[in-house]
Amino acid sequence: MSIETISLSGRKKVVSNKEMTFWERLYLVAIVKGLWITLQHLFKRKVTIHYPEQVRERSVVYRGQHMLKRDEQGRENCTACGLCALSCPAEAITMKAEERKPDEKHLYREEKYASIYEINMLRCIFCGLCEEACPKDAIYLTISKELVPSNYDREDFIFGKDRLVMPLEMAMKNAQLKNAN
Amino acid sequence: MESTFIIEKSVVIVAVFALTMLMAMYSTWAERKVAAFLQDRVGPNRAGWGGLLQPLADGLKLFSKEEFFPNTPNKFLFIVGPGIAMSTALMTSAVIPWGDRLHLFGREIYLQATDINIGLLYFFGVVSVGVYGIMIGGWASNNKFSLMGAVRAASQMVSYEIAMGLSMIALLMMTGTLSLKEIAAQQAGLNWNVFYQPLSFLIFLICAFAETNRTPFDLPECESELIGGYHTEYSSMKMGFYLFAEYANMFISATLISVLFFGGYNYPGMQWMVDNVGVNTANILGMLALFVKLCFFIFFYMWVRWTIPRFRYDQLMNLGWKILIPLSIINIVVTGIVILRADIAAFLGF
Repeated sequence: MSIETISLSGRKKVVSNKEMTFWERLYLVAIVKGLWITLQHLFKRKVTIHYPEQVRERSVVYRGQHMLKRDEQGRENCTACGLCALSCPAEAITMKAEERKPDEKHLYREEKYASIYEINMLRCIFCGLCEEACPKDAIYLTISKELVPSNYDREDFIFGKDRLVMPLEMAMKNAQLKNAN
Repeated sequence: MESTFIIEKSVVIVAVFALTMLMAMYSTWAERKVAAFLQDRVGPNRAGWGGLLQPLADGLKLFSKEEFFPNTPNKFLFIVGPGIAMSTALMTSAVIPWGDRLHLFGREIYLQATDINIGLLYFFGVVSVGVYGIMIGGWASNNKFSLMGAVRAASQMVSYEIAMGLSMIALLMMTGTLSLKEIAAQQAGLNWNVFYQPLSFLIFLICAFAETNRTPFDLPECESELIGGYHTEYSSMKMGFYLFAEYANMFISATLISVLFFGGYNYPGMQWMVDNVGVNTANILGMLALFVKLCFFIFFYMWVRWTIPRFRYDQLMNLGWKILIPLSIINIVVTGIVILRADIAAFLGF
């Protein structure tokens, strides 16, 4: 096999500068060919996804918005060790640790908890390294298809615990599901 | 008698006017839809079913936009420009026969605003005035891009009008009349002129693209080089008038192509329908036939727009002056020889 015949894509074309014939110079044939190609596109399947009604199919490993998990008794898992903040390549996570009071045992699982836990959604790249770093199974990237909503102020993109912690009802439901199984 | 005549003509004129406006409006919708479909998209589909209310929304938007005036020495001409473009676009529809005749209220109503015996000449005259709208607007904008677009428009339209007129002469030698009504009537059945004058049709079609400033001849308003050309400085409904005039021109030229070369309102079996079913039914079907034909040509305009890229300026001039004009002259000579073949044979002594 000579080197000229090798074509990896299978679409190799030899270009030549030969003189065009009379019919080629008229261009009419070329125009009709072009019209035929565009006409075929008229009946092709449209690729548009009608966004608000249809949502694009997501990958099974899709990483959506974060959630700070609660355990089956509704207590927050997070112990504010700071490993997520350390692993975050975008430096999007900040937190402030506090010691658990005796009357807060039903709120926090560990003796130390995060009184402030903030993720800057403008910095976050949704890589999921915080989830991998977490020793307490506290932070997860959900499969929620909701995107971070647009806003006018940069401050509004800093999500605090009010928007990150798993709702209590969800924790209760999870517990029920686990008991049923 | 006189007053009924005026009423009858007024009704026809208003109907034609409304039809032109409606077609121009929905051409913008069709343009966007066809463009989208040819590019595997879906196009406007939010306003109304299939985006059918989109032209209304566009019109409303244009009306509510700010009226902007550039720092121009001649405000009057700046306003007159789009006015001329629009009115000439609407005037051309006067001589087009939309159908043969209807029998209504005991009268014969001819479906044409006016049947002047120089209809085609009138058409060319009005169309050539149309270029003034573009020239005046572009010049009064006091902006080099607009001026460039206007100059291109003027030279392009003037040079393509010659080829267009010459291609028509071959057809006129065959039909022997300038009245569009008679030209349409001569093509009864499938006796269409395109079968006798295909070259004339081709030249006319190409020139019609150039006259309406459509791609591949949209040099006067090429978006990528001249930012819209002659209507760069225009805003609000004055801009809308220019765009509207272009679509009205497209509609009229599509109609003219159908009337001159594709039998106008004629369809195979029309005479049979007149004899057996009735004049009115036959002619309403005839109008529908014309409508289908002209819709195809409007679609063809859009289809070509997304197929052929824009010409370079020198290519445009080469095509007009060095190819189309000689071709149409040859066409005239050949047509003349074919018409006079018996005389020529007699003269040469065959």
